[in-house]
Amino acid sequence: MDISTKTTDAPPPTPQPGVTEQKRNARGASRPGDRIFLGLSRGSGILLLVIMAAIAVFLTYRASLAISKDHGNFLTTFEWNTNLTPPTFGIAVLAYGTVISSIIAMVIAVPVAVAIALFLTHYAPRRLSGPIAYVIDLLAAVPSIVYGLWGALILVPHMTGLYGWLNDYLGWTGLFSWDEGAPRAMLTVGILLAIMILPIITNVSREVFRQVPRMHEEAALALGATRWEVVRMAVLPFGRSGVISASMLGLGRALGETMAVATVLSPDYVIHLSLLNPGGGTFAQNIASKFGEATEQGRDALIASGLVLFVITLLVNGAARAIIARRKEYSGANA
Amino acid sequence: MSTAAVTDKRPSSLRGASLPKWSPWAIAAGSVVVAVAIGLIGGLSSKIQWGLIAAILFVLGTYGIAARVEGRRQAKDRVATSLVWVAFLLAVIPLVSLVWTTVSRGVKVLDVYFLTHSMGVVADSEPGGGIYHAIIGSLEQVGLATVIGAPVGILTAIYLVEYGRGKLAKSVTFFVDVMTGIPSIVAGLFILSLMLIFEMQPFGFAGSLALAILMMPVVVRSTEEMLKLVPNELREASLALGVPKWRTILKVVLPTSIGGITTGVMLAIARIAGETAPVLLLVFGNPFINNNPFEGAQASLPLYIYQQYAQSAGANAAYDRAWAASLTLIAFVMILNLVARGIARWKAPKTGR
Repeated sequence: MDISTKTTDAPPPTPQPGVTEQKRNARGASRPGDRIFLGLSRGSGILLLVIMAAIAVFLTYRASLAISKDHGNFLTTFEWNTNLTPPTFGIAVLAYGTVISSIIAMVIAVPVAVAIALFLTHYAPRRLSGPIAYVIDLLAAVPSIVYGLWGALILVPHMTGLYGWLNDYLGWTGLFSWDEGAPRAMLTVGILLAIMILPIITNVSREVFRQVPRMHEEAALALGATRWEVVRMAVLPFGRSGVISASMLGLGRALGETMAVATVLSPDYVIHLSLLNPGGGTFAQNIASKFGEATEQGRDALIASGLVLFVITLLVNGAARAIIARRKEYSGANA
Repeated sequence: MSTAAVTDKRPSSLRGASLPKWSPWAIAAGSVVVAVAIGLIGGLSSKIQWGLIAAILFVLGTYGIAARVEGRRQAKDRVATSLVWVAFLLAVIPLVSLVWTTVSRGVKVLDVYFLTHSMGVVADSEPGGGIYHAIIGSLEQVGLATVIGAPVGILTAIYLVEYGRGKLAKSVTFFVDVMTGIPSIVAGLFILSLMLIFEMQPFGFAGSLALAILMMPVVVRSTEEMLKLVPNELREASLALGVPKWRTILKVVLPTSIGGITTGVMLAIARIAGETAPVLLLVFGNPFINNNPFEGAQASLPLYIYQQYAQSAGANAAYDRAWAASLTLIAFVMILNLVARGIARWKAPKTGR
């Protein structure tokens, strides 16, 4: 008796949970404070969407202005002369340079980063691995312009020996022939980009390797596996998708990197087969170097090339996110 | 050399023969000696080649010796171990070099004079001058970007965690992910396209807008993670007392997670403080002190570094200034990072364990 009166008098008296939920929401939303707060937070979510849409729309608009005046073919012309009266420009050289430098960076950075991540999670003495991981975290925060300055003033002079050696022994391939210029070429750019994206790939891979179920490793050990066999049979298969998405995040950075490439590369609007001869350019580098002297027409052309870069990075990051989404636990967005 | 040591102490018949603990060091020392000898005899000038030869010798030597004594599988394991170590050491070299050069060359001209004077009357190739104007520009641009970016980011995260269900929340989540990957120069070009349409000249606030765009997704992501850590019981307790949802969020959820949110915002600030590309396009750089971010070109620290490097035609004085400015910038970013991590540790997430 006592109990039943209490239940009927209680403020949310309805027995069905679905209905309670609805009522509470309805009452919550009707309070002015709640409505304002919901409006504000939903508004900023919508603002983000609007910004993304605006980026796409405005870049496309200015790019279409430029491309409609372009005398050459935007995709295949090997020239960037935006000051001619019918301007002639195309992104072929930039696309090539962007892809090549990123490929070099990935070829170097991914194996090394995976090795470092393994080192930190499975090989290093425990007392060392904590501080090292911390330092690598901090290195991810070093601004790209500092990497650029270091690359141009320290790395470039140190590359001469390597370039000569590659030219002597691998010059016959054509890829590594060198005409004794300053080593401000795609290979140096690739190496610098590799150094720059190393921390982020390492960080994300490390998080993944750390989540390998302890049981898998112990099972392998119990069967008599060596440490390397544990890594190969338990750790790497578990972490594969994570490593792939980490690499894609790194690739996204390498594709869009501006200042480090602009300081190191000596640009030239040609495509060399050799990776050691100065020349070529990347989308981002070209924008930074050509911007100062560009007229409004030239700026529109640069915006057009930026639009291409935007689309490429969207695709790469989209793919990385799709892979991550399959395993929700390790999002690399904060790394 | 090591076989003798092995045959001496074989602990039990269950374990196979194994190399003594010092053997990797011995092999490493041996391969370095041989590499130096090869380098000297072959007349190889580059130290990098010596290092490479030593590394190859070390890997081959380890495999050979271990395969003889311990068997194939152990040998593979040892090679993998040494490869992992070599990869780590190789990667450490450039990173240590970067930090070392910045510090050792940065302290040359870094003093109070450098921090309190501008480049107004100093030619790029002459010694003297400083970064006062760049510090002012950086602080104003980054400050304004934070004022815009941080609230929008935090509110969006609140929406996603506390309210977000359905299509809108899903698409916001997706585009936040996509937005984290936008190259900084593209954000700069977006604002530039607006400035071209409205025929505006470069000014500091335009840079702030681009930086804010770069900052928002980072803040959203980290704040989201922190809000998710707040135990649901806290929210339910507050709601059960009849507190409206918005006051629950402001008085219970946010205070619980404020440490983590601050950390996220500071890390985002550290990230945008080093961005050069958008500032180059939108703020343009200015050797004089300009305190007004809403009118006229300004300088900024990263842009200053780039211009000292690119516009000085190799003058040593300019390079010194570039290094000193780099050191200042790195110090700023690192202090932000360390403080942020300190806050994160101090206000560690209060999850009921």
